[in-house]
Amino acid sequence: MGSKRSDPVLPTAVKILIAGHFGVGKTTLVGAVSEIGPLRTEEILTDAGVGVDDLSGVESKTTTTVAMDFGRITIREDLVLYLFGTPGQERFSFLWDELAVGALGAVVMADTRRLGDSFTVIDYFEARRTPFVVAVNCFHDGKIYEPEEVRLALGLDAGIPVLLCDARRRESSKAVLITLVRHVLLQSQPTGRPA
Amino acid sequence: MTDLGRDAWLDGEAGPVVRPYAMISGRTRPTHAELDLISIVIATGSGTRAAERAGPELNPEAVRILRFCHDPMSVAEISAHLDLPAGTVKVLLSDLIDQNFIASRSPALDARPAHQILEAVMHGLQAL
Repeated sequence: MGSKRSDPVLPTAVKILIAGHFGVGKTTLVGAVSEIGPLRTEEILTDAGVGVDDLSGVESKTTTTVAMDFGRITIREDLVLYLFGTPGQERFSFLWDELAVGALGAVVMADTRRLGDSFTVIDYFEARRTPFVVAVNCFHDGKIYEPEEVRLALGLDAGIPVLLCDARRRESSKAVLITLVRHVLLQSQPTGRPA
Repeated sequence: MTDLGRDAWLDGEAGPVVRPYAMISGRTRPTHAELDLISIVIATGSGTRAAERAGPELNPEAVRILRFCHDPMSVAEISAHLDLPAGTVKVLLSDLIDQNFIASRSPALDARPAHQILEAVMHGLQAL
């Protein structure tokens, strides 16, 4: 165990985006499966990044910051998975560009009380051809919808997995991630068998 | 409308006096454009020694990064643990890479992960 490393072997890292509107449970899901944190990283929004809309209310500020919570799962010594919770509002779409590049795929978290808030981010991933699944977080007391009802309401293709989850529960959150990776694996296998 | 009491910033609660852009001389774009939030970096032997010396060629944030990266670390984790914006970390890391103080591995950004990587991730998640 020397303290010097002349030629370090660095692990490969992959990332999954957990996207959705404020309060939908992104950080909860990340925390349920992550071995750390969740931790928070910030990016500075300059005027150029924000566009023309939403600086009202920030008054004299010319820059502001956007925070992303993230977690980590060590798959193997040489392979690490990162999960990034990403804000779902359109004014943060410049962030999605950086996050989506090279991403394994995305989980769009939805809340049946606010399904309309998911349209923007779904449109974005469809346009970019980023593979995604929709996870309906059923953490609140209320009517539980069937996944097929949610699929219809969101106008999703039959091939896109929709599942219900409880982001507070580790097994449930694991199942969401496994569903996404399975979905991506099928797409990366042109000769793959139908599910 | 001046409120000197509220705007006075030379007290203990003022937060950082040096703004992030000042640490990096006003630069906002890293010269190493391949750096991503999940790029993994580690201090090289010479980087570790340079941080121990903490000589004038390194600003304090660069020293903190080098000391933090004695094990492999992602850009996102450096940002979170050292409380620096991710963009600032990338600019600082770019300098350190050019000085051979940091070794880095960045993901392929033009493609999805390879099939065998996906399978490994799947098995890893199932085994959690």
